[in-house]
Amino acid sequence: MTVAAIKEYVGVARDRVETFNGKQLVYASWDHHLLFAAPFLLYAAPQMSFRELVGGPLAALVQPDPDGAAIDWTQVEWLKSNQPWTPDFDRSLADNGIGHKDQIRFRTPGLTSLAAA
Amino acid sequence: MDMKVAKKKLGLKEKYRLMTRDLGWEPSYRTKDEVFPYVKYEGIKVHDWDKWEDPFRLTMDAYWKYQAEKERKFYAIIDAHAQNNGHLNITDGRYLSALKVFLQAISPGEYAAHKGFSRVGREFPGVGTQVACQMQAIDEIRHAQTQIHALSNYNKYYNGFHAFADARDRMWYNTVARSFFDDAMSAGPFEFMIAIGFSFEYVLTNLLFVPFMSGAAYNGDMATVTFGFSAQSDEARHMTLGLECIKFMLEQDPDNLPIVQGWLDKWFWRGFRVLGLVSTMMDYMLPKRVMSWREAWEIYGVENGGALFKDLARYGIRPPKGWDDAEKSIDHMSHQFMLGLYQWSFGTSLHSWIPSDEDMDWLSAKYPTTFDKYYRPRWDHIRKLAAEGKQFKNFGLAKLCQTCQLPVVFTEPDDPTMSCHRETSYKGEKYHFCSDGCQHVFENEPEKYVQAWLPMPALFREFEGDVGAWMDWVSLRDGQDNGDYVGSIDQRNFEQWRGLATSNT
Amino acid sequence: MSTVFIALQANEETRPIIEAIEIDNPNAVVNRQPAMVKIDAPNRLVIRKETIEEQIGRSFDLQELHINLITLGGNVSEDDDSLTLSWAE
Repeated sequence: MTVAAIKEYVGVARDRVETFNGKQLVYASWDHHLLFAAPFLLYAAPQMSFRELVGGPLAALVQPDPDGAAIDWTQVEWLKSNQPWTPDFDRSLADNGIGHKDQIRFRTPGLTSLAAA
Repeated sequence: MDMKVAKKKLGLKEKYRLMTRDLGWEPSYRTKDEVFPYVKYEGIKVHDWDKWEDPFRLTMDAYWKYQAEKERKFYAIIDAHAQNNGHLNITDGRYLSALKVFLQAISPGEYAAHKGFSRVGREFPGVGTQVACQMQAIDEIRHAQTQIHALSNYNKYYNGFHAFADARDRMWYNTVARSFFDDAMSAGPFEFMIAIGFSFEYVLTNLLFVPFMSGAAYNGDMATVTFGFSAQSDEARHMTLGLECIKFMLEQDPDNLPIVQGWLDKWFWRGFRVLGLVSTMMDYMLPKRVMSWREAWEIYGVENGGALFKDLARYGIRPPKGWDDAEKSIDHMSHQFMLGLYQWSFGTSLHSWIPSDEDMDWLSAKYPTTFDKYYRPRWDHIRKLAAEGKQFKNFGLAKLCQTCQLPVVFTEPDDPTMSCHRETSYKGEKYHFCSDGCQHVFENEPEKYVQAWLPMPALFREFEGDVGAWMDWVSLRDGQDNGDYVGSIDQRNFEQWRGLATSNT
Repeated sequence: MSTVFIALQANEETRPIIEAIEIDNPNAVVNRQPAMVKIDAPNRLVIRKETIEEQIGRSFDLQELHINLITLGGNVSEDDDSLTLSWAE
């Protein structure tokens, strides 16, 4: 549908990738671990390897969860745009097909310290 | 003028006719379409503007008289509050956070409503409508002014009140309310009336003002009770205008029904999201709680909203599309918001805290099916971290909803353990949402919402993620306005001054 | 059945008004809350000028209600002598 207007109405997308100083946004979240109130917003260069993203910002952010230190990143199940997906840790975000504002999720079956009582 | 003085006082109906309808005129050298260029493009068909009726039949002379009376009552109490250290009579300094949310997010909304009603009062052709909108425009600016004036008494003593204008424009949680009003004001006059006059005022405003003002009374805050009730005394008229407006549109032409229903679906959900934080004010921020968010929803949502939509069914209106999802979220939302506010408290111009044992027992009694099961384990863990000297701060920031701009703190309507993930692509760009409701709003008018200025992406786009520079820009003073209430300057001052006020040492 | 309601500030001016509403609406339920009084009634509630005047002992303009009104629910119908709130049956 279009916006009701008295003349042609065209919006300009605000958060286009070219406005992010050569970097991009990536959303990441850990399924069933809601100590973290919302998916994380990460800011990274598309050339960053997936391993760096996980081992750097993501691993640091999940530490406050009691399961944080127990994650075996080689066993984690991944989703991208809500579909099962297998990343290549040594390739870049771009090569892994992680575009600007993509949402990645991960699951760690068995880690349930703060799950529903 | 040689008008004869009426011997008998005019009856209400006659007075309304003379002082409202009779003020209108037919344009002679311009067409009506030229004078009122914005009333047709939304597709609403109106055949007879004279069918518009203000049930209260309030005329401007009576309006000024009663508003002046309200102002006198208001300022008498504000003066007494200032003269008697009213700021020390509140139950606890934690209560101030509820006032900060109010001043930063709600009072600017009053001002926005003032601008909106000034505009639609000019854009509608009907005289009855014009007069009612003019009164509401004046009411709304009065509300903004009295609220700012009342709360300036707290600004003399406590942090977080000093920069509400910057906070309104720039603070991440306030863009939620700002974008809501911007969305309404950039719509046509009829949609504005459904957005603010009907959905916000009639369906939702009771959930904000009534329990919150009663809560202020419970917590010894005379200033807020006073501006709240003074503003609320106008709300009954606003609600009546909103209800009258929707009935008018539906009675004028059957073609209006699908348009009105679409707006109702949109603006109920937008309003439900924008008022979501009220749940947290009621369940967490009031030291002495008057009722839970769930209890308020039962009265003003289920009972009153239910009666309203049953009444409107005679026009073919059904309850708004998001109603069931709203109901499913009631027992979760206050906890989800407070957990978010706490972990991001380094970036808020208000304090939050970990609920005490007593608070948690109250929450578990009020939310027997959800609090102990889902939320108490998180608070217990956060408390353990704090006891170890590791206050939980989530520096991951948050994914925001493209439509409502709230952090996506919400879970699936039928699975409270699963974050709600919704996304879509439009013209090659990816967009994320907090709910089906917000995704539907976006998909109906994507050209509007792709322009959203989302504060979290902006922190990276405009500040490269430099939180210190961002704090300066939003006028947030690190270590004063933000963080845990425990150990804050507000806590220290409140307790010290209250001690001085109640003892001689 | 749907509930109509009116809420008034709890103060000296509204005490006789609330008493008048109780007289005219035997089905009404009066809920006293902090600083406010909320009156619920099934489907319909009538506020009569004459009954209020009997309670306060002076003439009363129904529009004075606006000063102490907090909120209401229901379709409003007002003339010189009464204000009625109702939902379609």
